Amino acid sequence: MPIELVFTVAVQGILTGLVYGLMALGLSVIFGVVRVVNFAHGEMMTIASYAAIVAFGAWNIDPLVAMVPIAVILFAVGYMLQAVLINPFINRPEHSQFILLAAVAIIMVNGLLMIFGPDARNVLVDYALDSIEIGPLLVDKVRVITAALALLIAAGLFAFFKLTRTGRAIRACADNYLGALVVGLNVKKLYALTFGIGSACVGAAGAMMTLLIDTTPNLGPAFTLQAFVIVIIGGLGSMPGALLGGVLIGLSEAMSGLFFAPSAKTMFGVGILILVLLFRPQGLLGRKI
Amino acid sequence: MTTKITRRQFAAGTAASAALLAGSAPFNIVRAQPKALKIGSIHPRSGYQAQLGLACQRGIDIAPRVLKQLGMNAEVEIMSADTESNVDIARSRAEKLINDGAQVLIGAFDSGQSAAIAQVAEQKGVPYIVNVAAAPQITEQGYKFVFRNFPTAPMLVGDGLNLMKGVFEKSGITPKTAVFMHCNDTFGQSMAGAIKAMAPRFNLPFQIVETISYDPQAKDLSVEVAKAKATGAEMVMPVTRLNDAILIVREMIKQRWEPKIIMSPGAPGFYEGQFYKTLGKFSNGMITNVPWYNPRSSITQKLLDEFTKAYKNEMFELNVGFSFEAVMVAVDAFNRAKTANGKELADAIRQTKIENHVMAGGTLEFDAKGQNVNIRSVTLQNLDQRPKVVLPLEIAEDNLALPLQSWSKR
Repeated sequence: MPIELVFTVAVQGILTGLVYGLMALGLSVIFGVVRVVNFAHGEMMTIASYAAIVAFGAWNIDPLVAMVPIAVILFAVGYMLQAVLINPFINRPEHSQFILLAAVAIIMVNGLLMIFGPDARNVLVDYALDSIEIGPLLVDKVRVITAALALLIAAGLFAFFKLTRTGRAIRACADNYLGALVVGLNVKKLYALTFGIGSACVGAAGAMMTLLIDTTPNLGPAFTLQAFVIVIIGGLGSMPGALLGGVLIGLSEAMSGLFFAPSAKTMFGVGILILVLLFRPQGLLGRKI
Repeated sequence: MTTKITRRQFAAGTAASAALLAGSAPFNIVRAQPKALKIGSIHPRSGYQAQLGLACQRGIDIAPRVLKQLGMNAEVEIMSADTESNVDIARSRAEKLINDGAQVLIGAFDSGQSAAIAQVAEQKGVPYIVNVAAAPQITEQGYKFVFRNFPTAPMLVGDGLNLMKGVFEKSGITPKTAVFMHCNDTFGQSMAGAIKAMAPRFNLPFQIVETISYDPQAKDLSVEVAKAKATGAEMVMPVTRLNDAILIVREMIKQRWEPKIIMSPGAPGFYEGQFYKTLGKFSNGMITNVPWYNPRSSITQKLLDEFTKAYKNEMFELNVGFSFEAVMVAVDAFNRAKTANGKELADAIRQTKIENHVMAGGTLEFDAKGQNVNIRSVTLQNLDQRPKVVLPLEIAEDNLALPLQSWSKR
């Protein structure tokens, strides 16, 4: 097998994995702080994708530009969702939270079906079919741009949580709920803020995804499942873990497709998940509970 | 003298009357002449096969109107159900349609879903006309209520491989190597099995250097295309659905891979409306050997006129044609049987003989297994962003254009 083929496929896998990582980052941030698993994660991402498609169709706005207002809108949606709907469920059993968010997900899928119908939609920007030559390698331009943006957004998020007062306050809530209440932090507001930030990540990832794949309302559950696999591999609640999990899944899918049967790609991702659950249940970068 | 009726006598009398009425009711129902045939149309109208299922549904919805214009007594009630592109849901929706009164089922575009519906139809004794689905086993089970007006995978492959030779002869371009890419659902596996079994018999001039199977619901096929490109094959032979057909061509452009020929031996994808909408000028050049409507048939023209009036932005293609013909078969049998009784309707369908119809091929009729063996494929090429018949020459709409034009020169 030509070595440049192996390198090309590996690079494609890593680039795709970084976008997967950004998608899972939102889920990881929300769980790490609020301790609620967002079962409507993929569906929120699909909504963001449709917003990007509408923006392109109506005003010819590039999804990479539309990504900013879409992330802001998703932030607001996430904030309201947490403040109005999820906060009352915070101290209820986990199955109540699961049913609540699963119901939200179903409403979102059916809402999208009613508005947009089942047809696949996409965005065809001028550079959608371009490639970049790096020596003997031929790399998809859209993947390079989206992966770079995913890294930039992730870096911004890390900086926010490490360097800002609000970010530190959110981390305090995640570390010690009772302690955060005792020192006078408005925990419910910080939870809503966190859900908003996680949703904004999903919004950005959803807008970028329109450049990589066609969007249908039924994509949501598949995205949710994939985000779960990634964050469990990386470690629930770990932000670097989400990115690492995304890259691992992207790379394993690409290499298994190349060296084994392409139809077995998903199997290898799930295989990694089982290995992680067996030998490191807290995930690769997760903290032991 | 007055006769006193006791409470017990009254209750007994009421019960006897009720039993008499209940007993006679079924005979009344059997004797009654049904005014309209209730057709259960069952297709994937959501999920990854939604566009194709909706295309089938359009053919069904428009059929009663066109059949009336053709002078057929077409009192038809269409009951529709969505399989959500899922085999298990297809089975349960078929049961529900029958429980709700459907007297004949038509569907379901997908082989896996059609096989599940066939089991239900056979069990319940309700005739089932498969409009689009190629897995051979559907009509190989000895079913008495299942009929298929669509070629089996071996028929598709046989016609497809034969037509390939015609394409090479007409264009003067004969590839020495080919890569075979196929989706791994029931249809894709059936086609792969048929090609493996039948290719040696056809003495093809090219060698299949690699076979690549993939998930039809895949969101990214870059690895598959990179692997195919690495073979250096001169021809790509894809067996796709719609979304994967788009993904493959997109990746070929991104990876700057320009084989001489892209030719499907008989699968959806390249000739679908969404393919042209999504890829625009890059959709031109692909070839598909597939059963298609006969552009010279008078019924086709009538159907096409009505279809264009009803669906201005949609494409008239084989899913519409075969779905229309399925309704035509059901109505024709109903008119002859004069009953919607399952067994009698199935017997009438078995006697079908329709000379003038929509799809290319011979008389529309079924063999002992319930299969129409007279359907013939044509060679379609995407030219001017729409599918055109290029072979056989007697019904050709345009000339074959090969080799494939470079992506960068479009």
